[in-house]
Amino acid sequence: MARKDTADIAAARLDAAQLARNFADVAPPLDRQRALIEASRCHFCYDAPCIQACPTSIDIPGFIRAISTDNLKGAATKILDANIFGGQCARVCPTEILCEGECVRNDPEDKPVEIGALQRYATDWVFEQNAVLFSRAASTGKRVAVVGAGPAGLACAHALAMRGHEVEVFEAKGKSGGLNEYGIAAYKVVDFSQREVEWLLSIGGIRVHHDKALGRDVQLSQLRREYDAVFLGLGLAGVNALGLDEEALPGVRNAVEFIAELRQATDKAEVAVGRRVVVIGGGNTAIDAAVQSKRLGAERVTLVYRRDAEAMSATDHEQSFAQSEGVHVIHYAQPVELLERSGVLSGVRFEHTRIEGGKLVGCGEFFEVEADVVLKAIGQVMLTDGLSEGGVDLLRLNKGRIAVDTNFATSLAGVYAGGDCVGGKTDLTVQSVADGKHAAAAIHAYLNADREVQHG
Amino acid sequence: MADLRTNFVGIHSPNPFWLASAPPTDKAYNVIRAFEAGWGGVVWKTLGLDPPVVNVSSRYGAVQWNGQRMAGLNNIELISDRPLKTNLDEIRQVKREWPDRAMVVSLMVPCDEASWKYILPMVEDTGADGVELNFGCPHGMSERGMGAAVGQVPEYIEMVAAWVKQHSKLPCIVKLTPNITDIRWPARAAHKGGTDAVSLINTINSITTIDLDLMAPTPTVDGKGTHGGYCGPAVRPIALNMVAEIARDPQTAGLPISAIGGIGTWRDAAEFIALGAGTVQVCTAAMHYGFRIVEDMISGLSNWMDAKGYQTIEDFRGRATKNVTDWKFLNLKYDIKARINQDLCIQCGLCHIACEDTSHQAITRERDGKRMFEVVDAECVGCNLCMHVCPVDDCITMERVDDGSFQNWTTHPNNPMAEKA
Repeated sequence: MARKDTADIAAARLDAAQLARNFADVAPPLDRQRALIEASRCHFCYDAPCIQACPTSIDIPGFIRAISTDNLKGAATKILDANIFGGQCARVCPTEILCEGECVRNDPEDKPVEIGALQRYATDWVFEQNAVLFSRAASTGKRVAVVGAGPAGLACAHALAMRGHEVEVFEAKGKSGGLNEYGIAAYKVVDFSQREVEWLLSIGGIRVHHDKALGRDVQLSQLRREYDAVFLGLGLAGVNALGLDEEALPGVRNAVEFIAELRQATDKAEVAVGRRVVVIGGGNTAIDAAVQSKRLGAERVTLVYRRDAEAMSATDHEQSFAQSEGVHVIHYAQPVELLERSGVLSGVRFEHTRIEGGKLVGCGEFFEVEADVVLKAIGQVMLTDGLSEGGVDLLRLNKGRIAVDTNFATSLAGVYAGGDCVGGKTDLTVQSVADGKHAAAAIHAYLNADREVQHG
Repeated sequence: MADLRTNFVGIHSPNPFWLASAPPTDKAYNVIRAFEAGWGGVVWKTLGLDPPVVNVSSRYGAVQWNGQRMAGLNNIELISDRPLKTNLDEIRQVKREWPDRAMVVSLMVPCDEASWKYILPMVEDTGADGVELNFGCPHGMSERGMGAAVGQVPEYIEMVAAWVKQHSKLPCIVKLTPNITDIRWPARAAHKGGTDAVSLINTINSITTIDLDLMAPTPTVDGKGTHGGYCGPAVRPIALNMVAEIARDPQTAGLPISAIGGIGTWRDAAEFIALGAGTVQVCTAAMHYGFRIVEDMISGLSNWMDAKGYQTIEDFRGRATKNVTDWKFLNLKYDIKARINQDLCIQCGLCHIACEDTSHQAITRERDGKRMFEVVDAECVGCNLCMHVCPVDDCITMERVDDGSFQNWTTHPNNPMAEKA
C-alpha cells in the first residue's frame, strides 16, 4: 500500500487472516482442566475480600467451589443471580482493581486466582446450554418503563421482570446492550453481547423498543403517566470536544464512534484506519481506540495524555497492554492546534504540560505529531435531551448527572436512575449493573408500598 | 555423605528403598529399569502355582483430591499372570546381573503345606535373597482362600510362617493385611510362627468412586466393579499407625519391619524408619511418576541425615517409637495457644470460620471495624485446627503457656479408675 503524505486513511491494511487473528478473543476461555486447576487455587476465604471488592457482590468463593465440583449450573446461578451481566463482566471487568486485586493470593504469591476467567468459564456454560436459571414471580399487574437498554437498564428490567412486573424498554439505538454492544474493544467481547441480551430477555415480561430516544420519540412526562414507575439508564451519549478550531476537519473523529463502527462491522477489513493515528485521552476508551487502530494496521499510533500514567483512568493493565501492542504513549502534553493541509488533517500541535501548584499548566514548549486521523477520547457527557420539557427541568441534576438518593430515586416521584448517567463510584459495566439491580429492588418496594398500605 | 546401606534380616541393599510386590516388579524388564534408576531392591510381583491367574481389563481406580491426581489408588489386579517358570527364570537372571540389590520374591499359594513345600525350593534355586508371604491382597485371591483370607486369621499366619521356615533357608517376611481390627494379632502370630520379619501394610479394602452415569464402582469391568486394594498417599497415616503399634508392642518388639503404605518421598521413608522400619517399599508413587523418583529419595534422605548428623540408617531408626504412647499417658497439663502472625496473615478468614463454626469460637474477625483475625486465649484449647487450615506456612503457630507441670489421665481426679498417688 503506497504511503500518502496526508489523509492516508484506508481499509484492509492487513490481510483477512491477520485481521482475524488480531480481532480474535484476546483472552481465550479456560478449558475444564485449566478451570479446575485455577479453581483449586481458591482458598475459599470466609467473608472473602474479593466479594467486598465486587460492586455486585458476587459470591466468588462460592461459585469457584461449584466449578471445582463440576456444578456449572450452580456456579452460573450464583454469578448471574448477583450480576445478570456476569458473562460480560467476566470479559471486561478490570478485575485487577476489583476482585482479583483483593485476592488473598496476591500477598504471598503475587498471583491472584483468575476470577474473571473462571467466571467466564461458568457463565459460558449458560449460553452454550441456553440454560434457564431464573423464572418470573406471578404477575403483579404493575408496569415499569426503562429508558436505555444498556447494562443498567437491562439489569433493572430483568430484576423487575423476575419480580412479576411488566417492563417496556425504550432504546435510542438500533440494538440493545449499550456500551457492551457499541463501546468495548471487539477482541474483548467476540460474538457475545447480543447473545447475552437475548438470553437475559428470554425470562419474558420485557419488551424492548429500539430507535426510541427520550425527548425525541418518548417523553418523560408521558412515561410517568402511562407507567407505574420509570427507570432512567441513559448512559453518557455525548462526547467532550477538544475546544479547538478545525475540529470538523476530515480525519478528526470521536473515539467512541470509531469503536462502535468496529464493533458493528461484520468484516473488519471494511473499517478504515489512518496510517498515522493520534489518540487524545487517558481512559479505557482511548486505549481501546489506540490498540484497535494498531490491530487494524495503523503504522504509528500515538496516545497523548495531558497528565501522567497514574492520573490516567485507564487501568495499569490496559496501559501496559497498549504499550505491548506498540502504541506510543506520551504523557504531559495537551493539544493546542489541529494542523491542516489542503483541507484535510495533517497533524496535531501539542504543548508540553506540567503540574504547578497542584494545577496543570502549559510549559510554552511545543511539538507536532503527524496524523491522518485524530481520535478524541477525552470523556463523555450526559445528554439532557428529554430531561426538561417546555424549558423546565423535570428533575434535579448534579454536576451534569442525574441526582439520585441511596435508593436511586430521582427528585421526581416514581422516577429512578442508575448507571453512568448518575455517575456512581466508577464508570464500569459492573457498577451500572449494580445500580440497575439495586434500583429494581427500590422500585419493587415503591410499587408494593400502596398494596402494603391497603393490607396493613 | 550418609551411609544408606541396609541389612534387613540378612538381606543387603545399597539403600532402604525397595519396590513393593506389584505391577512395577512384574518382570525382568521393569526390575532392570528400576535397578538402573537406583532402587535398592525389589519384591518381585507375587508368584502363584500354575496355571497362572487371569487378569481383567480395567484394573485401577483413583481418587483425585483438589486437583491432585492419585491421592489414592485402588487396584483389582491379581498376582502374576505369567507362568511360574518364566518368572523364576527372570528372577535368576536379574539377580545374577544385579547381585548387590535385594531380590525378594513374593509368594501366594494355597493354604496347604504341600504347595509351600513345592514352590519354596524353586525360589531358593533362583538365588533370590528372601521370600515375602502375601497374606494381604484383599480382592480376588481372598475369594479363593488366599491373600487376606489367610492374613485375617492369626492361626493360619502362624501355621504357614512355620511351614516356610521349615522348608526354606531363605529369610521370611510375612506381609500383613490392614483389613483387620488390631494389627498386633497377626504380627504376633507371624512372630510365633518364626518369621524373620513382617512387612505392612498391604492394600486396604475399598471402592474408590462410583461412576454416577454408569451407576457402578470404578474401575468398571463391563458394567460391574468389585472392591479392590487401596494404596497411595491417602493410606500413609494408617500405615504409620500400624507400624508403630507393632514396633511398640512388647510381644513383637524388635521384630524387623519393612514398611509399606503411601511412601513417595525420602521424608515419608524417614518417618517410617523413625518408627522402626528397616526398609521401605514403594509402589504407587513409582506408578505415578516412574522409577526416577528414587533419585530424590536417595539424595534427600542422605542430605537430611547429614544435616542431622546421622551416619547410618541405624542411627535414627526407631527413635520415634518410644514417643508413641497411649492416650492415657499424655500430659493433661500441657497447654498451647494459637498465635497468628499478623504480618504473614493474608486475611483469608479460614482460621476464624473453622474455629467459629466447628470448634471453640476462639478467633475473632474484626478489630475497630477492620478485618483482623485474633485469638481469644481464654477460649483457645490449643487444638491446632486453625494452624492446619491456614494456607500460609508458619503464619499460625502454637505457643506453650503452661507452667511445666505434669499430670496424665491415670492420676486425674475425673478418672474413676485413677491410681491413688
